[in-house]
Amino acid sequence: MTVRELLEKNIFKLVNEGENTGREISVPYCCDLLSIAMGKAPSGAAWVTVMANINTLAVAALTEVACIILAEGVLPDEQTVNKAKEQGITLLAAEEPVFETSLQVYNLLNA
Amino acid sequence: MSQQIELKYNISADDFTRAGEASSDVKSKLKQMGVSPESVRKVAIAMYEGEINMVIHAHGGEIKVTISPEEILMVLKDKGPGIPDIDLAMQAGYSTAPDKVRSLGFGAGMGLPNMKKYSDEMNIETELGIGTTVTMSVKLQ
Repeated sequence: MTVRELLEKNIFKLVNEGENTGREISVPYCCDLLSIAMGKAPSGAAWVTVMANINTLAVAALTEVACIILAEGVLPDEQTVNKAKEQGITLLAAEEPVFETSLQVYNLLNA
Repeated sequence: MSQQIELKYNISADDFTRAGEASSDVKSKLKQMGVSPESVRKVAIAMYEGEINMVIHAHGGEIKVTISPEEILMVLKDKGPGIPDIDLAMQAGYSTAPDKVRSLGFGAGMGLPNMKKYSDEMNIETELGIGTTVTMSVKLQ
């Protein structure tokens, strides 16, 4: 499933559509500690987190995850949205908790 | 890549909005040069952790990156408080980061361990009250 295909499912709220929507999503990945995510987030992952600040974007850019999904109804501030636009990173938001959000991605990947 | 390229970055203290910009810049330059994705990832992670450490602990500092056909050499120099016990600081999970920093998602005590893990060689020189210089290299061949 590509990022574009995930967007077309319309199950998550679109905060920013990045430049990389043709990328394949490899796996859902859950982590809120940025220093762990920095070392462990798999390239191409759909990263599910409640940590919505500008540093989340920096980690996403460096680890080359396919997209970020903010869980638990968390929404980023304006500065973070601007950074996502600037870096061309796809940013989504979900109302559900981290596990349920990741499970939805997992089920779509394994359908 | 026939000759060496040197890059220099000034890292500001306590500026979390700009933290990671130097690592991002090095990453995109390495990509343009055709360095393998695996080496680019190693450099990006090791340098980002170092950059964040300088922002959190060391009142900022300076990073020099030298790119040669054999290796990427990163020298991170600060005039911070120094590291009292390097062995302790190297332990995964050990952190002295303040609450303010933890609330941003840092302070898991993985900075130095990640730097060691993702670089091929790492050396720390530190003196209390004077500062710390961390040298890391990622080999390209």
